[in-house]
Amino acid sequence: MNSEKNEMELSFDAVSENESFARVAVAAFVTHINPTLEEIDDVKTAVSEAVTNAIIHGYENYRGYVKGGEGERPVPVHQGKVYVRCRLEGDVLHIEVQDQGKGIADIARAMEPMYTSRPELDRSGMGFSFMEAFMDDLEVESRPAAGTIVRMTKKLGSTSWIACGE
Amino acid sequence: MEEFQIIENYLMVRLPEEVDHHRADYICRKADRYLLDQKVEHIVFDFEDTRFMDSSGIGIILGRYRKISCFGGKVYAIHVDKKVERMFRMAGLNKIVEVLA
Ligand SMILES: Nc1ncnc2c1ncn2[C@@H]1O[C@H](COP(=O)(O)OP(=O)(O)OP(=O)(O)O)[C@@H](O)[C@H]1O
Ligand SMILES: [Mg+2]
Repeated sequence: MNSEKNEMELSFDAVSENESFARVAVAAFVTHINPTLEEIDDVKTAVSEAVTNAIIHGYENYRGYVKGGEGERPVPVHQGKVYVRCRLEGDVLHIEVQDQGKGIADIARAMEPMYTSRPELDRSGMGFSFMEAFMDDLEVESRPAAGTIVRMTKKLGSTSWIACGE
Repeated sequence: MEEFQIIENYLMVRLPEEVDHHRADYICRKADRYLLDQKVEHIVFDFEDTRFMDSSGIGIILGRYRKISCFGGKVYAIHVDKKVERMFRMAGLNKIVEVLA
């Protein structure tokens, strides 16, 4: 067993252009343990879901990018930071995504498939379902007006030769 | 880069490489403008270029479906890979969208 430990931490402004930055950074952080392409995709999607939720729901910066010259600028901007912390323990990846935004009053309801508080924003209510399906473990801690922490875990490289034997 | 094109009464939307919230917001609003201003009945989403998608992609499709289905409009998704198809199935989209690989 590989019991090597490695940690990283990011904090960035709660704006939509940072969604891709966050998922690519986490993917880059785990490449040296040789996860499968599917695992990387799963992790990227889960990170994207959690970070997008922090930006849209936590800080209510729901506008995405606007093409220049069309006379429209994003409505936001509620100031706020999103924090992403990753810890690799051997081949197990722990991810924490935190915001200090609005918080969630009813966590159980928020996590129900297809539940969204913002259907008018073209949200589908599948974010938590995807996090749950694509990661091994998902936990949500939240308090109204204090913010939200989403914790996820996934074992990586599970089908690679490194994982079997020894 | 996303692209919009009208062929007869179909709106063709070529989705970008990364379909996330950052890109989806603009695509939704632009598609809705086409639906209002032009006489399009059906929508085709083309995933040919798409390498990444999260729930924002589900939202794009579900939202447009709700807008056109009551007028008999249909939603198609083409060049859908396994990853995207899995997400479609989890969201039940394969029941309302004609999916073609
Ligand atoms: N960080 C957060 N801060 C405040 N509320 C949140 C946060 N994350 C999720 N929520 C609440 O939980 C609900 C469900 O989240 P989920 O990601 O499953 O769906 P969604 O974001 O509404 O839609 P989708 O992710 O499909 O675009 C949200 O509608 C929102 O009300
Ligand atoms: Mg979400």
